[in-house]
Amino acid sequence: MKYDVIVVGGGHAGCEASLACARLGNKTLLVTGNIKNIADMPCNPSIGGPAKGIIVREIDALGGEMGNNIDHSLLQMKMLNTKKGPAVQALRAQGDKITYPKQMLNTLQSTKNLEIREILVEDLIVEDHKIQGVILENGEKINSKAVILTTGTYLKGMVLVGSTKTPSGPHGERPSKYLSDCLHNLGFTIQRLKTGTPPRIAKDSIDFSKTQLEPGDDECYTFSFDNEPLYKPEDQVPCHLVYTNEKTHQIIRDHLKESSMYGGYVEGIGPRYCPSIEDKVVLFADKERHQLFLEPESIYYDDIYLQGFSTSMPHEVQELMVHSLVGLEHAKIIKYAYAIEYDAIDPTQLKQSLETKIVENLFTAGQINGTSGYEEAAGQGLIAGINASLKLQGKNPLILKRNEAYIGVLIDDLVTKGTKEPYRMLTSRAEYRLLLRHDNADLRLREYGYQIGLVSEEKYHRFQIKKEAIAELTTKLKETKITPKKEINDYLEAIGSKPLLDGIYLYDLLKRPEITMNHIKHFIDLDYSPEVLNQVEIQIRYEGYIQKANKEAEKMLSLEKIKISEDIDYSQIKNLAHEALQKLTEIRPTSIGQASRISGVNPADIAILSVYLKKQEQNHERK
Amino acid sequence: MTDTIAAISTALGIGAISIIRVSGPESISITNKIFKGKNLTEVSSHTINYGYIKENEEIIDEVLVSVMKAPKTFTKEDVVEINCHGGITTTNKVLELLLRNGARLAEPGEFTKRAFLNGRIDLVNAESIMDLINVKTEAARKMAIKGLKGTISNYIRSLRQEMLEILASIEVNIDYPEYEDIEVMTNEKLLPQLKSVKTKLQQIIKESENSQWLKEGIKTVIVGRPNVGKSSLLNCLLNENKAIVTDIAGTTRDIVEGSVTIDGIPLILMDTAGIRDTDNIVEQIGVEKSLELLEDANLVLVVLNNNEELTEEDFDILAKTLGKPRIIIINKTDLPTKIDTTKLDKKDIITLSVTENRGIDDLKQKIKEKFNLEQIDQADFTYLSNVRQIALAKEAYSILDEVETGIENSMPIDMVEIDIKRSWEKLGEITGETYQEELLDQLFSQFCLGK
Repeated sequence: MKYDVIVVGGGHAGCEASLACARLGNKTLLVTGNIKNIADMPCNPSIGGPAKGIIVREIDALGGEMGNNIDHSLLQMKMLNTKKGPAVQALRAQGDKITYPKQMLNTLQSTKNLEIREILVEDLIVEDHKIQGVILENGEKINSKAVILTTGTYLKGMVLVGSTKTPSGPHGERPSKYLSDCLHNLGFTIQRLKTGTPPRIAKDSIDFSKTQLEPGDDECYTFSFDNEPLYKPEDQVPCHLVYTNEKTHQIIRDHLKESSMYGGYVEGIGPRYCPSIEDKVVLFADKERHQLFLEPESIYYDDIYLQGFSTSMPHEVQELMVHSLVGLEHAKIIKYAYAIEYDAIDPTQLKQSLETKIVENLFTAGQINGTSGYEEAAGQGLIAGINASLKLQGKNPLILKRNEAYIGVLIDDLVTKGTKEPYRMLTSRAEYRLLLRHDNADLRLREYGYQIGLVSEEKYHRFQIKKEAIAELTTKLKETKITPKKEINDYLEAIGSKPLLDGIYLYDLLKRPEITMNHIKHFIDLDYSPEVLNQVEIQIRYEGYIQKANKEAEKMLSLEKIKISEDIDYSQIKNLAHEALQKLTEIRPTSIGQASRISGVNPADIAILSVYLKKQEQNHERK
Repeated sequence: MTDTIAAISTALGIGAISIIRVSGPESISITNKIFKGKNLTEVSSHTINYGYIKENEEIIDEVLVSVMKAPKTFTKEDVVEINCHGGITTTNKVLELLLRNGARLAEPGEFTKRAFLNGRIDLVNAESIMDLINVKTEAARKMAIKGLKGTISNYIRSLRQEMLEILASIEVNIDYPEYEDIEVMTNEKLLPQLKSVKTKLQQIIKESENSQWLKEGIKTVIVGRPNVGKSSLLNCLLNENKAIVTDIAGTTRDIVEGSVTIDGIPLILMDTAGIRDTDNIVEQIGVEKSLELLEDANLVLVVLNNNEELTEEDFDILAKTLGKPRIIIINKTDLPTKIDTTKLDKKDIITLSVTENRGIDDLKQKIKEKFNLEQIDQADFTYLSNVRQIALAKEAYSILDEVETGIENSMPIDMVEIDIKRSWEKLGEITGETYQEELLDQLFSQFCLGK
């Protein structure tokens, strides 16, 4: 057999999947319709954001590429939610749409064991419910032990502008016409989803003096744990902010029926979390204005991405809408906004490993699984790549738990609950988000990455040193006591903190809301990296909350430990509600914990299921 | 739940008719084996059938048999109810016949358990039915019915909804930090909303705790040295109200005297043997019991004699009951006053004469005041009706305390939110909307699952 793994599709999921497979020693083939579009960003020119930025850190911790790639291709970087707690802070970068794909392509091409071919896949070879390879559009058959589908929006892709529908992928690329039928014939449930993108405006046609400047942060950051900042704060390219107004809203209302969505031309279900401007105007009629961000796409060309203005109106209405915006009166639209519909599978037909339940050794990741977003796609791609490799090695899959990673939450939600709209990761989807922080992604996941073989010895060694420093500093603070001497109390009062009456360990002093690690430096030499200082500060300051979150997580894990055997016959459990019976039979959860998260399965059903399992266990013991 | 269970579901000895309920897949066929009349396996569902219960060919009782087929029954299983007319002995005989023919004697609450497990009722419903079965007074019955109708569930749900809105407004800020059209939630804005939830929760806890007295009865211990009129007071309370005097099994006859309902408030009255130091071994056991009782009591009635000066023993009793919720009763006001009450706390004193039946109403009023029972509007009970629910509500409340502490310590709002969510989940456990392992454990222990 020529290949171990074939990855179909070169988007963010496909890149991570093929890199993981090749780096783990598998002969890997990446098949893509157009090499130029590898790691393309067809929608917004940014990576990260709340929750999503943390996913990028997790990918990096596990040994994926996205974090490193964006570090090398960013135009601007911001830390979001800085006024809130550490749990919800996240990075977001504006990425250069030329540099990002170029950088990724370089990485792919220089990776051992990885070949790239520019052609469409038309069919899958399946024998005995096991994947054997793919058939290309030229009829050529290529065999492989595993296949990972990362087809994005290309499955029966259909671009919609007003009342016109054109079969197409993004950028006018050829869509994949046959693959989703092939999946359907294999027994997959196909659903139609929709997403959209706003218009692109010529930079020199915008009057920036009428807009609000949105610069990057003064402090420099990196997504990757192994990079030093590769840019200077002053070199960052700014974004700008404008607003819709009553005139814009009136135009939208007047022409509502002409949009694909409200004209009834769209079959697919769009994301609530990323609504079109039509939706915003209709659903939030009382809002006088909506924010729009002008985001540069690249330093190599002049397109400005009008974030927040996605629409499926006809071209002439888009002109009216854009020109109603202050600062964009004379704007020239370079690319019109469009909506795109595509086929996706029902992700409840997947195992937690992202292997399909129907076809062995067939994995799927990204938009084909019903998600939206580059980061969500990349996270799944990495896991699919890792698990395809582990499967071929005869090892257990890597399944991240909900208290370990956003990627774990993402995949668990998909395979347990399914999705009726493009799934976007939100911090509120994570019950234990205090544990899933931006700052501790390496502490959570690097060990896994190393064990699997994606994190090099060198990176792992660096990580070990960091871990030791964290432990050492924590001990130091626990053991160092300061006493109510005059100079100490004078200092405390000067910084607005209560003077001491008794001796206090620095560890406890740091728990005072007004005391930071910088103040601690006044009492003790702290020769540690900023990450170590920050990590220890967070761990100490929020210790109480972290303990609570851990306790909650333990409760969840105890339910996770009650396993449900694969061959359970739910119809034998007499008193399950009809809906629960149906859902459990379909989804086949592996534990009581997972079962309890299925929508439509009520606590009473879980009680009955648990009773049944306990009885089974008792009967088993008796035998 | 594959077996068939049976039990007498009316109180034995009360009423002319006793009902035996049978539930499970074989309930109809088992009953049919001992029934003389129509073939019950062929009658339509929800019909009442006249006939006889027979043992071999001997007629045991003349009965009406209701046949109700699954799922539209209380347990969602096939249910048969046999109305027996022949008194305790025959009813027991009929039950015995059912058991001999393949039914199993139901455990206490097992019909309710099945109704819960078969998804017929939610947890609060199940608990309310259990409450209803054990109900002692009319007021408590109303309370249990409220639980059954879901009034409590609805109230808790509306409280949870309020909290959910707070949670949502915090989370939307986290996920969309740069959108200014969403109101930014801050600790300052959060505080009044939180207080409103807390106040409501506190109210419901307080009222529910008070209402617990309605169900459990107020454990009232009467103490006093001999000849101060304890027994006559006891008898007065019991007789006047024509209460059902029940000996509670398993407790000592000479301590528990009976339960009585005064204006809808159940009192469990307990007379004590005295608490004076003594060398007599028999008496000593009595004294120890009395002290234990005092420890446990919800209310202590200390009886003193108006016609005598306070003795050393009186002072001893007063000292030992200090700090307990107590009422000091000065009895025998029909006789000349010799007692000096200047050293006693006036606000706890009631003067009365059992002999002349004077001051008894004042005593009742005092008891009501002590337990805040006047405020309970008997027409509208929206109270948590059992210990499990109250404990959960208290936990939810104390978590909200932690939220406030967090805000005071200027914790970021997303930290504070962790506790709001925990509190929200705790309330969900009351209505059974949050699935928790503990809930299951509780079910296993309460409903003897898995047998």
